[in-house]
Amino acid sequence: MVSVCFYFQVHQPPRLRKYSVFEIGHHNNYFDERKNEAIIKKVAHKSYLPANRVVLDLINKTDGKFRVAYSMTGIVLEQLERFAPEVIDSFRELVKTGCVEILDETYHHTLSYLYSKEDFREQVLLHNRKIRQMFSFKPKVFRNTELVYNNDIAEFIGKMGYKGILAEGADHILGWRSPNFVYRPKGLNNIKLLLKNYRLSDDIAFRFSEKSWEEFPLTAPKYAQWINKINGNGNVVNLFMDYETFGEHQWEDAVAELDFPHYVSWADIERDLSAWLGNRMQQEAISQVYNLEPHVKLSKNPALLDEWRKLQTSDHFYYMCTKWFNDGDVHKYFNPYDSPYEAFITYMNILNDFRMKANKLGEVKVVE
Amino acid sequence: MKVLMFGWEFPPLSSGGLGTACYGLTKSLSKKGVEITFVLPYSGDIDADFLKIIPAGNVKIRKISTFLQPYMSSQEYKKSLGKKPQPKIYGSTLFEEVARYTLAAEKIAEEEDFDIIHCHDWMTFGAGIKAKKKKNKPLVLHVHATEHDRTGGHAVNQHVYDIERHGMHKADKVIAVSNFTKTKIMDHYGLPPEKIRVVHNAVDFSQHYYNEDFGIKKTDRIVLFLGRITLQKGPDYFVHAAKKVLGHEKNVKFVIAGSGDMEPFIIEKAAELGIADKVLFAGFLNQDDVERAYKMADIYVMPSVSEPFGITALEAMKYKTPSIVSKQSGVSEVVRHCLKVDFWDVDEMSSKIIALLRYKPLHETLKEDGYFEVKRFSWDTPAEKCIQVYNELISKG
Repeated sequence: MVSVCFYFQVHQPPRLRKYSVFEIGHHNNYFDERKNEAIIKKVAHKSYLPANRVVLDLINKTDGKFRVAYSMTGIVLEQLERFAPEVIDSFRELVKTGCVEILDETYHHTLSYLYSKEDFREQVLLHNRKIRQMFSFKPKVFRNTELVYNNDIAEFIGKMGYKGILAEGADHILGWRSPNFVYRPKGLNNIKLLLKNYRLSDDIAFRFSEKSWEEFPLTAPKYAQWINKINGNGNVVNLFMDYETFGEHQWEDAVAELDFPHYVSWADIERDLSAWLGNRMQQEAISQVYNLEPHVKLSKNPALLDEWRKLQTSDHFYYMCTKWFNDGDVHKYFNPYDSPYEAFITYMNILNDFRMKANKLGEVKVVE
Repeated sequence: MKVLMFGWEFPPLSSGGLGTACYGLTKSLSKKGVEITFVLPYSGDIDADFLKIIPAGNVKIRKISTFLQPYMSSQEYKKSLGKKPQPKIYGSTLFEEVARYTLAAEKIAEEEDFDIIHCHDWMTFGAGIKAKKKKNKPLVLHVHATEHDRTGGHAVNQHVYDIERHGMHKADKVIAVSNFTKTKIMDHYGLPPEKIRVVHNAVDFSQHYYNEDFGIKKTDRIVLFLGRITLQKGPDYFVHAAKKVLGHEKNVKFVIAGSGDMEPFIIEKAAELGIADKVLFAGFLNQDDVERAYKMADIYVMPSVSEPFGITALEAMKYKTPSIVSKQSGVSEVVRHCLKVDFWDVDEMSSKIIALLRYKPLHETLKEDGYFEVKRFSWDTPAEKCIQVYNELISKG
């Protein structure tokens, strides 16, 4: 019998307010509080609460055989605490069943591993502390933002004491191999590697309601049959888009070692970093924000540090992506901006304002 | 298929997008085997030699003696009459000229053999209706601009409006250059949506390469306005945006290329705002200089109050000049790799100009992606859509 792991990603970015170039230096609020509140309340009631009820129901009905893992960013938890605390209670209830696992990631949902390993480490620890405080749960498995992964990340995370890490089951890495086994990162024995079965995941996440799909409508028996087909060529199917799970028993034996020399993510056909760092606007914006690290750290100002990390949230760079824009797929993904150019302008105006603030505060501390 | 086409400007002697559009469209239509007789008002400035060299395949040019300029108001027409030597055949007002054009066109329709009539903008509508009456062939009116666009909805010339409205209702099909224009036609001319077909313009990708060092670029970056200096094109918003930008950025010059009835007002406005030394007036440019202007500019701004299409934005992008276009335009419906603003939002317009001046990666990305995007436009698409309209009407009988 194949085990199916469901994984639920819970994240909402701190959306930025349209920040005019004329506001630079005024140090106004960067975040669109009203929009963030409206969206978090909406998803709480349309999505999180009903989904949690279904999961709780399944856990009860299956006598705890149904297991789920959640990855909740620190910034979504902050927003939920402020605007929809009933969702936190509902997650606590789920965690209490003992059938739910919570994963660690970067608190602010960032790509910091690529730019500052030091801050990456701090962000992961921050997240770990938040989950322990909030749910009395100590995560043992790590998933990086957007499933960005390579050999080095696995090693880094292994050294931090994690027992497992998630990655995309990208075709160009797996080759002839199946994503439906538990693997070992290259050269490591202390940490296991779980791979997303992107075909079966995407069947639910993207194609489920697509009428032009030849398999439409996807019924439960049909889907169960596909999963059963894996029997003999796999032990575990990891469905990572919305639901996923890691029962400890499912990954006791790693079957082989897998080599990920290059960065791999779960985005798009390319499964690389091009959705966040593919164009020059994105590269400029992200490198500028990380260049401010010395000033921010010198200031020893917690508010400034938190703001800086909120500006690192990967969504900001995703909104600047022009890849889909070229293909005419602009409407296929959610973007609060009219265009990637608007996203970049707003971000850069804010970053310039922030830089002035950081320089000032960073300097004051040096003098002291 | 034979088309009798009524137009009034053709490059290189054209003052706006209409001539460019007629050229691109007819060239592509003829490539697809459509035979076109193009009726053009004869201007004193055009000699017959020039007309022969237009490489438009099956397009045959017929001329009527007049020097009508498509966007001239009746008053401007009087002024231009005063400036030029006046052959006796010219009427004294624009409307008399239109009447004469219409009459002459009727005679041409009698002589020519055609399956369909295709008219470009209001001055040719009367001619089209006459031709239709004469030969009982389907009539297509192509709307590149309405009186509502030209006047911004204020002080609409009733006579022009009546001609437009009458023509649209008499036509078998009306082609609008954008959804923006289609909506205008429905709202202001009372035409049902099913009678209107949207055919977006394109851009001819052939371009000249100017490897020129522009002296001004050694010290300044250039923000360009290119178009008639009339209310429709929003030059006043451009000057106000310039003022705002100059409060934050040094070494920028604002170039206004074009002429029009608002020119004295805009010159005075720039002086009044204290930026007369930063706003340069280039006057009306010939085709070569237009292309050099795009090439020289760092940013192109099209702040039109009401722009049915706006080919200039595509042309600027063709020369790798990032564009900021008014949302009140047809081109903003079809172009992604440019910045868009409401024409009245001077804060936003200047904010975007500053962003383009300051953020190099933004400028670079828009330059490259805009160029790539425009490259994919081709007049074959609108030509095919026109042929489809022709076929539908002909098969209906």
